[in-house]
Amino acid sequence: MSPLLTLTDIRKSFGGVRALAGVGLELHRGSITALLGENGAGKSTLVKILSGVHQPDSGSIYLEGVQTRMSTPVDARDLGIGVVHQESLVFDHLTVAENLFVNAFPVRRGLVDWVSLRTRAASVLRELGADFGADTAVTSLSIAQKHVVQIARALVNESRVLILDEPTASLSKRECAELFRIARQLRDKGCALLFITHRFEEIFELADRYAVFRDGASVGAGLLAQTSRNELIRLMVGRPVEQLFPKQDTTPGETLLSVEHLGRAGEFEDISFTLKRGEILGIYGLVGAGRSELAQVLFGTERAHVGQVTGHADIALVPEDRQGQGSILPFSIAANIALPNLMALAPRGWIRSRAENELANQWIQRLSIKAQQPTQTVQSLSGGNQQKVVLAKWLARKPAVLILDEPTKGIDVGAKAAVHAVTSEFAAAGNGVILISSELPEVIAMSDRVLVMRRGRLRGEFSRAEATSENLLRAASDA
Amino acid sequence: MKLAPYRGWSETARRDLHLALLTLALFVIVTAKFPVFASPHNLAGLLDDTAILIMLALGQMLVILVRGIDLSVAANLALCGMLAALFNRAFPGAGIAPVLALSLVAGALLGAFNGILVWKLRLPPIVVTLGTLSIYRGVIYLLSRGAWVNENEMSREFVGFTRAQFLGLSTLSWFALVFAAAAIFEMRHTRIARNLYAAGGNPEAAAYAGIDPGRMQFIAYLASGAIAGLCGFLWVSRFAVAYTDIALGFELQVIAACLIGGVAIAGGAGSAGGVLLGCLFLGIIRSSLPLVGISAFWQMFINGVVIVAAVLLSARQRRQVRAILEAR
Repeated sequence: MSPLLTLTDIRKSFGGVRALAGVGLELHRGSITALLGENGAGKSTLVKILSGVHQPDSGSIYLEGVQTRMSTPVDARDLGIGVVHQESLVFDHLTVAENLFVNAFPVRRGLVDWVSLRTRAASVLRELGADFGADTAVTSLSIAQKHVVQIARALVNESRVLILDEPTASLSKRECAELFRIARQLRDKGCALLFITHRFEEIFELADRYAVFRDGASVGAGLLAQTSRNELIRLMVGRPVEQLFPKQDTTPGETLLSVEHLGRAGEFEDISFTLKRGEILGIYGLVGAGRSELAQVLFGTERAHVGQVTGHADIALVPEDRQGQGSILPFSIAANIALPNLMALAPRGWIRSRAENELANQWIQRLSIKAQQPTQTVQSLSGGNQQKVVLAKWLARKPAVLILDEPTKGIDVGAKAAVHAVTSEFAAAGNGVILISSELPEVIAMSDRVLVMRRGRLRGEFSRAEATSENLLRAASDA
Repeated sequence: MKLAPYRGWSETARRDLHLALLTLALFVIVTAKFPVFASPHNLAGLLDDTAILIMLALGQMLVILVRGIDLSVAANLALCGMLAALFNRAFPGAGIAPVLALSLVAGALLGAFNGILVWKLRLPPIVVTLGTLSIYRGVIYLLSRGAWVNENEMSREFVGFTRAQFLGLSTLSWFALVFAAAAIFEMRHTRIARNLYAAGGNPEAAAYAGIDPGRMQFIAYLASGAIAGLCGFLWVSRFAVAYTDIALGFELQVIAACLIGGVAIAGGAGSAGGVLLGCLFLGIIRSSLPLVGISAFWQMFINGVVIVAAVLLSARQRRQVRAILEAR
């Protein structure tokens, strides 16, 4: 059977930046295709072209064998292409029903037909098995539920092609399962789905085909059954990644940090553990288990209600949201790295640009941040390099304890390996690391010990030998 | 306007350069038609006319940088000017130093009041300063009972202070020049300025780096208020009259100068040099209109066009940057 949607030799440049240098893609009816590629490979540009936001400079798009053009998002929608955006593009202050029909309110005698609007919305939600009603205000929904709203909107528009742009980035395991159930349901109805994610487990769990982009070009495509995870990684990075998790062996030293019965109402309670020199302590758990909240209390941006933390340690936190909490995007690399170090850099209040740039250059080299100069703004960097800047700004303080909250979320494989190498080196130098991560392979490979949190409580402690996927998952889930 | 890209220049520096070229072009055009415009006497007058705008705009810049806005600056100026005039009338022999101190401290207190409301009660800046604008104007009326303080009620020192000449420029001009030079240097090289930019650029990330964004807002309002207070005395001294409605609506010109000078209304971006240029640009337009024979009533219209054009230009630049970003 011929593909539902075919793209051939799509090219697109922005100013002097070439985003797509001739990519092709085929999406088949009743099939889920996983799109892989490092950040900057051109996936987002392709999504924008498919949704009519950007126009390709050259190349063709065929829908059911007929060449088509999508000049606006409205064209794309009318052709039956729906998109679930990572950042949930929904109207927070409208109800679910209003969101579903925002493109085409049912009208009777020139007025919006609210009755038909509600009943039709309710029936679409029922079809998807959604756990919220049509009259719910969207602002009260979780991110996962907002994804479902976007899928329902696509259904209302009778989309035949559905693009899922990193929908699972901030979902818990259970929410992912729910999303996957809906995705399979649409696949079985004959839709063609394009699924973008950084998580390999999800690719093999959900998709049946794959397409890999590298540097704006297609480098491979086919059936997932005929390939392997290592082969996909090799295609993505263009070289075999032997060492994604370069963990150095260390012997734990004296205690750096000791936490006793720490609690904060409504977030976590009765947390006790110790962190030793040279140790990487993993904290695994599902989203909402209270891990980030614990990190904030340890760092000092929030206060604990009960319990105590002892240790003379200097603590730094690399927060989960690197753009919102970790960095100031319009600032230069140098200014971002200098920010938490201004007291040391400018003890009398005067900042010398040369000292600031020297510090930045030092870290640009050490972490091999891809940047032309330290005065370049952080927003011009790729996600992985942004994360390296956030790491640099805290490492420059020479802390004794480094808390990393989802340090490799959404960054490409190469940057991931670099972050892991720095972390490992930092611990091996006699410091302590608390690694909070939802990514099992990362926690297992990097940690000397793993704590598991569930619903604000500690549910287990595992040595490096005991920390297997099964053990951690069992402790983290409600089973 | 698209000039060659300057490698290594920040967006702000590039924008400042564009504005400098534009201001220079405006100056050259006016001078070509009316050579008298470039006479030292006229330029000194231009600076004297723009001096208070420069100081107020630099204060306003601090507030806008931290995602605030200070609509009460002109009312603050008028209130502190009235206080200075009343004090001078009551104690004509006290000299200038106490008057300076009084206006500075009173202005700082009025600014701090704005700052506290924004910081501790987390009220929206535009609402707070719209309210205090009315309150401060109302207080002037209560203090003066609506009466004017005229030149004959002011001491010679008081009125002469801003007019004294030094190296061909008035005291008022020197105030503005020293002020602007200090601001340009400090905004680039001090820790506190960096903290202001950070708090405005991304309050949450600033908080993680140990900077309290609310406190930085307070500091900005305090500074803006103190500057407005000082300018109150300078204004009354220069025009030799104090009454309820002095500098009525002047806050809009101050904000306009900031926007033309490239301060981002969303906070986090802008430079003291840009604001200085924005003020000079407005100053040149204002002082050239009579020469060109256009009624001064057109000035508001022209200001408006310039603001919209400036914002349009910067919005276009930002879109280009974003398009490149989104490509990744």
